[in-house]
Amino acid sequence: MSIPRPKPEKFRLRRTMMFMNAQKPGLIKDAYIYGADSIMLDLEDAVAENQKDSARFSLYHALKEIDYGDTEVIVRINGLDTPHWKEDIRVVVAGGADGIRIAKTESAQDVKTVDAAVTEAEKEFGVEVGRTLLMAAVESPKGVLNAYEICTASPRLFGVAISGGDYRKCMQVKVIPGGIEMLAARGHLLVAARAAGVQCFDTVFTNINDDEGFRAEVKQNVEMGFDGKSLVNPRQINIVHEMLAPTPKEIAEAEKIVRAYREHAAEGVGVFTIEGGKMIDIAFVPGAERVIKLAKASGIYEGDL
Amino acid sequence: MKNAVGREIPEELLNSGLRNGKGYEVYQGKGYRDGKYIKKQGPTTKIYQKPSESKILPSIREAVIKSGLKDGMTVSFHHHFRDGDYIVNMVMKEIVDLGIKDITIAASSLGSAHDPIADYIEQGIVTGIQTSGIRGRMGDVVSHGKLKTPAILRSHGGRVRAVEEGDVHIDVAFIGAPTCDEYGNARALGGKSDCGVLSYAVPDSEYADKVVVITDTLVPYPNFPASIHGINVDYVVKVDEIGNPKKIASAAARMTQNPRDLMMAENVAKIMTSTPWFKDGFSFQTGAGGPSLAVNRFLEPLMVERGIKMAWAIGGITGPICELQRKGLVGKIIDVQDFDVAAIEDIRTNPNHYEMTASEYANPANKGAFVNKLDFVVLAALEVDIDFNVNVITGSDGVLRGAPGGHPDTAEGAKCCIIVTPLTRGRMATICEKVVTVTTPGDCVDVVVTDYGLSVNPKRQDIIECLDKAGIKHVPIKELQEKAYSMVGKPDDLQWKDKVVAILEARDGTILDVVREIKPYEM
Repeated sequence: MSIPRPKPEKFRLRRTMMFMNAQKPGLIKDAYIYGADSIMLDLEDAVAENQKDSARFSLYHALKEIDYGDTEVIVRINGLDTPHWKEDIRVVVAGGADGIRIAKTESAQDVKTVDAAVTEAEKEFGVEVGRTLLMAAVESPKGVLNAYEICTASPRLFGVAISGGDYRKCMQVKVIPGGIEMLAARGHLLVAARAAGVQCFDTVFTNINDDEGFRAEVKQNVEMGFDGKSLVNPRQINIVHEMLAPTPKEIAEAEKIVRAYREHAAEGVGVFTIEGGKMIDIAFVPGAERVIKLAKASGIYEGDL
Repeated sequence: MKNAVGREIPEELLNSGLRNGKGYEVYQGKGYRDGKYIKKQGPTTKIYQKPSESKILPSIREAVIKSGLKDGMTVSFHHHFRDGDYIVNMVMKEIVDLGIKDITIAASSLGSAHDPIADYIEQGIVTGIQTSGIRGRMGDVVSHGKLKTPAILRSHGGRVRAVEEGDVHIDVAFIGAPTCDEYGNARALGGKSDCGVLSYAVPDSEYADKVVVITDTLVPYPNFPASIHGINVDYVVKVDEIGNPKKIASAAARMTQNPRDLMMAENVAKIMTSTPWFKDGFSFQTGAGGPSLAVNRFLEPLMVERGIKMAWAIGGITGPICELQRKGLVGKIIDVQDFDVAAIEDIRTNPNHYEMTASEYANPANKGAFVNKLDFVVLAALEVDIDFNVNVITGSDGVLRGAPGGHPDTAEGAKCCIIVTPLTRGRMATICEKVVTVTTPGDCVDVVVTDYGLSVNPKRQDIIECLDKAGIKHVPIKELQEKAYSMVGKPDDLQWKDKVVAILEARDGTILDVVREIKPYEM
């Protein structure tokens, strides 16, 4: 039984992107049950060097056999400096995953190289060219400095993620509560992603028993403006969703903006005021729509927009 | 004859005399016998008017002889020593060595510690088994038709009712006790093999003609407060060891780290909070299994957030509920069994942790047991079907390997009964079209929580409304079953012979289901 996935949506909600070892059938057979927006089936670090083939094999069959429903399925492929990445791409495209996470991206050329291989694979397997999305994981100071060109390297690319493990090693720092050691990278990547109009995701938080530390980091992510976060354990999903959920006040305000915009747009008015006298123009609308979308995804939206 | 859960019960069973000579009815539905009257059937007991110093006998063999145990009689045991129990095997060996035969064992439960009983069944010495649990080799030989009469399987509450109503008459009760004095006052604390409480042995001590307490720790008279009272005890025997302490009380029950179990537990807690019963003073019971036990962990923050406390918790007790009590979130713990060392340690020292009898816990035929006042119970299951019937006794191969325990009692009694189970186990669908054996009827089951979503019994529109209001998504149970079958396939029907090997009694003593002799699987 083969379940073709619908064409991936480039700018969907990606609050939570959970890593899963592609080699473990018990994990990937139903990774969607935990409710992450995206799962990232990992062919890279989680898989031992001599197990890459078997991981690809189980990944391909999972992609072909399992109905992941609304959960986005991304595959983290091996680095461009390894002998594995090309075959990884063929398997991902043949299996029909939604997208690829490029590990250790340092330049626009890395993205372009993967893009070309993906196009080739799409042609090889009769997949619509351009269907497969890309995201780039930035894991080094060089990658951070090249962030803007990475973000604009391919029309397939929906976002970038900062990856803390390798970055901290390069910077000769360790994990610091409060995240001062990652501040420059996070900030720079966010600015680049926003400038390029793509999404931006924060790194994993690996101490799964430190709920308080995790919450503090997610809070900072939200305040800095990240779209979502890479996760290592299903237990972290609900916490992120809960913390990203808009408040009733935010929802009410967003509803007013969207409603007023729709009314005025029909009359051809571009600037208007809403209840309370606040001046609104079209620039406010995407943000308001995002709030409604988040509220719906969080299961707390009761309105009819 | 079809009963209220649609199970075909053979007519000949109804008047077979298996219910101590009385006729059986088939299951008629939840609360069928409510308001009816019964006459309790008391024991024939011996008068001990003359003062005497001691009831101590030198050996179990001597006690078996003195008790007057003869061919065709019924002996009873309790299961507080769980897998560490030595009592059943020690006593049965003496009975068999004395050449006594045609024995019925009426235990509160039997487990894998009792494999030797399987030999006595095969040899035709043990001809009747009445129990809650049946597992290991015993389950195997019974399922293969080796027991002379059908085993009678009851819930913990149903057993007390059966004893009191005279459906089973216990000739001699053998009660293992961690401590006992010379006059038979017995406790579950203060010995080498403490089990916390002796709740399940209390009806035996009150309704058996002869009562023998077996201990490895004699203590000075009076051993008070006593669980088993000397006024009901004929003889006391001291042996070297009544059990293996390591297997009686497992190491402190640990919370699962399995994300699947935790997710299900979290959902159970959320369901609870969406109902009107989750308010200050609520009552609660949960099982000791992974996801059930983990519900405690998720309740804590929700109780704190709402500023409410649990008035009381009952059941098989484990460390985590005691811990919740130490944090001031539980008023009283009322204990019928202890599952781990932490619970035993707690009842030893905590004045708000009480022992109750099996009748107080779950008997449907007394004037109102604890289960009747339970708000929530969270239970596990081997299988649940699309009519919400639960099986906790037969495996996917049709062989007896479980125990109804308090499942049917708490399910019927509680205002909200939540079953938590993964949708599949290995290649088996847990949510299925028709359970192998009905052990808890679907009319007592309210919500089923799986890792793939949850479902509410359509009989409980009130709970459906609560979940809808709270935005908790639920699906018809048929959808869960179809999802399960789409993943692991529809199992072939089991193949049975005609012979009934076990009767599943509902807690009110009607027949809920039967288990037949298993036929070796043929393609």
